[in-house]
Amino acid sequence: MSEWLENHLPKVVLAPSFIAVLIFVYGFIGWTAWVSLTRSKLLPKYEIHGFIQYERLFDSPRWDTAINNLYLFGALFIVIAMVLGLLLAILLDQKIRVEGAIRTIYLYPMALSMIVTGTAWKWILNPGLGIESMVQGWGFPNFEFDWLVNPDYAIYTIVLAAIWQSSGFVMALFLAGLRSVDGEIIKAAQVDGIPTWRIYTAIIIPSMAPIFLSAFIVLAHLAIKSFDLVIALTGGGPGYATDLPATYMYAMAFSRGDIGQAASSAMIMMLVVFAIVVPYLYSELRAKND
Amino acid sequence: MTDLSMPQAQTRSQSATGKIALRWLLYVLLGLFALYYLMPLFVMLTTSLKSLEEIRTGSLISLPREVSFDAWKTAWSGACTGIQCEGLRPYFWNSVLIAVPAVFLSTLIGALNGYVVAQWRFKGANIIFSLMLFGCFIPFQVVLLPMARLLGMMGIAGTIPGLIFVHVIYGLGFTTLFFRNYYVTIPSELTKAARVDGAGFLRIFWSIFMPLSLPIIVVTVIWQFTQIWNDFLFGVSFSQAGTQPVTVALNNIVNSTTGVKEYNVDMAAAIIAGLPTLLVYVVAGKYFIRGLTAGSVKG
Repeated sequence: MSEWLENHLPKVVLAPSFIAVLIFVYGFIGWTAWVSLTRSKLLPKYEIHGFIQYERLFDSPRWDTAINNLYLFGALFIVIAMVLGLLLAILLDQKIRVEGAIRTIYLYPMALSMIVTGTAWKWILNPGLGIESMVQGWGFPNFEFDWLVNPDYAIYTIVLAAIWQSSGFVMALFLAGLRSVDGEIIKAAQVDGIPTWRIYTAIIIPSMAPIFLSAFIVLAHLAIKSFDLVIALTGGGPGYATDLPATYMYAMAFSRGDIGQAASSAMIMMLVVFAIVVPYLYSELRAKND
Repeated sequence: MTDLSMPQAQTRSQSATGKIALRWLLYVLLGLFALYYLMPLFVMLTTSLKSLEEIRTGSLISLPREVSFDAWKTAWSGACTGIQCEGLRPYFWNSVLIAVPAVFLSTLIGALNGYVVAQWRFKGANIIFSLMLFGCFIPFQVVLLPMARLLGMMGIAGTIPGLIFVHVIYGLGFTTLFFRNYYVTIPSELTKAARVDGAGFLRIFWSIFMPLSLPIIVVTVIWQFTQIWNDFLFGVSFSQAGTQPVTVALNNIVNSTTGVKEYNVDMAAAIIAGLPTLLVYVVAGKYFIRGLTAGSVKG
């Protein structure tokens, strides 16, 4: 008996976690998928009615706004955070004397809750008391900066705050990448008299392709899951102008009592993450096993 | 000799001035970016120390004329989250009560899992690991509804043990990943030699692997603590009045519509809610960054 246990202990130790993952990840995904095919409203029903929830979802102007916001927010957030992160990494890679301190400053927002970040930016962007009134006080009485309460521009304030929060992290990723480029090649290029900017664009940056991919995956993943920041900064408003899929799902699940819509919108989010992460994980795991 | 070296020295000093100017430009740019990142923290701090009167009349970035800690006191023990006016204090302790056991349990289980997957491979272990790894990436919205029902069935809906449970379950993927990636770098000959000497599974774990694990334990604890402390989605979905974590209470304070809007209290509350993770970052930033990059960069 004790010998059996000793031989099987590794499996016994791993089993509870494995079962937990099977139930709480895969089982729950299955439950949500099932319910997304029913007519569930306030309470879940288990009778399948085809894709009516998805039809309702795609007919809903609010979901339409949420998806369009995700495209706009995701594209701007990913591109700007990557460009800014790369720029900062290159600037910091020039043998800066106080590099450690600067890096600490650039990266600290990542340690903060998005709710804290959102609260701070909500205050800074407040038209009556924040940047707008500050610049007006400097003698520009016609200066306007009301993006936070303007339905057409509020989504850009979320982009702004999200970039502030995450660009330092992208910088850290790129900095690690820059440091891992073979120093001999760079020295050889310098000896040949190739200008520094050419060394970066032709040698260093192309060799960092895997880091670009990692950064893209992480940022895309953050963008799809964005929830806290929207809640804290705009609450999805004005109206539902800054809704994202995550806030749509939450509103349907917990304030509108529409479980069918909540489940189907969660499944769409899941599929988007799938489409981005699975090929990445697959190639990573295969590369490791080879 | 001197004839030849004169112009050469001149160009050299010219390019040296260029270099110095470029260096200056570099430092100015880096400094400006540092200001950009520090600005919100600075604004939060100065606003929290101003009176409401000064906030209305003064400028966003001006220093407080009179430093007052009243807003901090209110934020800690008097601010209203909806109808209750007890400040952040009870919710701050809720977060501590959630984070401490959840961090401990998820780290311990992750260490054991990682040890098995890295050192005691059996048939199917890699598939199990891949399945767990994928669990790290799902958008949690997809498990919110069934989890709410399950917590209700287990009788721990809206309780702190319920939130601990949720955080442990969905933290396991990452903690296992961290320890697995750390333990694969330890040569398996070590385990084999210990087994020849008669040490068993747990003995090897406690006496050989645990003493080697301090760095990865620090990375994992910091990662989990930051994740759980900063969590909002689970907190807002699975808590009720009285068991909310600090992030949810902060959001309620900021968005409560009763009475005069006290921006200085909002800012003080935001700093209080952010202080524990900020402190961890300042003290152990190196490990925090290692955790951040471990999930996205190989190795």
